Amino acid sequence: MYKYFGIISLAFILFSCSKSKEETSASVAMNESREPDTIQPITVDVKMVYIPGGEYLPFYGEDTVLVEVKPFMIDERPVTNKEFLSFVKANPQWRKSVVKRIYADSNYLKLWPSDLELPIGADPDAPVCNVSWFAAKWFAESVGKRLPTLDEWEFVAMADADTPNARRKPAYSDYIVDLYLIKNKHLNPVKQSPPNYWGVYNMFDLVWEWTDDFNSIMVTGDSRTGQYDDKGLFCAGAATNSTDVMNYAAFMRFGLRTSLKAHYTVANLGFRCAKDTSLNNN
Amino acid sequence: MKYLSILLSVVFLASCTGKKNQSNDIPSDSIFNLNSVWQNQDGKSLYLKDLQGKTLVVVMIYTSCKAACPILVAKMKQIEKKIDRKYIDNVSLILVSIDPEIDTPERLKKFAKSNKMEDKQWIFLRSDELATQEFANVLSMKYKKIDPVDFSHSNIITVFNPNGKMVSQEQGTEIDVESVATKVNSTAQMFR
Repeated sequence: MYKYFGIISLAFILFSCSKSKEETSASVAMNESREPDTIQPITVDVKMVYIPGGEYLPFYGEDTVLVEVKPFMIDERPVTNKEFLSFVKANPQWRKSVVKRIYADSNYLKLWPSDLELPIGADPDAPVCNVSWFAAKWFAESVGKRLPTLDEWEFVAMADADTPNARRKPAYSDYIVDLYLIKNKHLNPVKQSPPNYWGVYNMFDLVWEWTDDFNSIMVTGDSRTGQYDDKGLFCAGAATNSTDVMNYAAFMRFGLRTSLKAHYTVANLGFRCAKDTSLNNN
Repeated sequence: MKYLSILLSVVFLASCTGKKNQSNDIPSDSIFNLNSVWQNQDGKSLYLKDLQGKTLVVVMIYTSCKAACPILVAKMKQIEKKIDRKYIDNVSLILVSIDPEIDTPERLKKFAKSNKMEDKQWIFLRSDELATQEFANVLSMKYKKIDPVDFSHSNIITVFNPNGKMVSQEQGTEIDVESVATKVNSTAQMFR
């Protein structure tokens, strides 16, 4: 009796063991693309603005080489607390209690008391902060968009209220730097200040923003002093240098971007989404 | 007999759950959490978690690079030589392409051959642009396409333990192969 029991249980264990093995190999063979079912789509109500693009001189880049920015659409404002809440409701793997550390550091959604509660007293229409690049990237995926590239974001950022490119106006950089110095501005709701030339809100007055390729800037921590040439850290590193030293506001943004890692989350760092467009200005 | 069969089933049960743990018990900060699909130099598709179980030495390069990449490749070969032969079967040295468009599996295979990196510890990987960007960000590696053929990128050699947790990173073209190899040996020994 015991003998048979032992054999049966052994057979059963063997069977369950090999079955789980089969499943794993089958899933590898079948799933050739990125797991498309891992992100659930959500809908958000945000207007997108058409940006015709054009040539622009990056703050950091091959010196004096103009970069062509193709036409694109960009959210008129940053992603809000409320919208990010609906993202984590639909996508449990992005809730703060379960998110993988490789995707977001321990300050992810830091002030949220629990997985599905906004910070106490937080405005649902204030920009979401303490989100990593990975989280921002997958949020964009869930709304059928992407993050703006660094060039796209900076292209929009050249505008003031009246002109598409205000870089040469001395007051333009000073005005932005003054905005950067205001504390706790990230707690304010979006769209309370006037839009820029394109009709885009809150480029400077609420949060810093992730860009898709924030990791494309080759400067080292010490290069701002010009004394430590660490070009050995980068292959073809000499190709990248500052071209717009008068633009201190842009310098601050680039400084922040170079200090970030993709899993970092910061109290006043949020994001907005963008997407390609087939429209053009002709 | 009774005891024997019970003993046997216990042994099987243990080996079975042991295996299970290996695939489910991935630390939260492990690279094996990434669900992107990669191709190796033989054109075989794999997940990063298929690399689980060995100490990994990882570098990102592109095969058409004329500047720092040949130095990085040479460093990887020097590191490989310094790995204790009793651990070599427990180590994978992985070259990940930042230029998936150009670096097809065939091209990676050719590159492996011309650089004499054909032993089984050498793995060349490519994926799509999205997965490449994500992986570069996991390594905190900076890169940018500066013209149709060239990339500007940081030079980093990273060591991961067999659970995919980062244990060390060395940066710059002056990477100390001795200290990377020491780290690889001690990690491989720890997880033997």
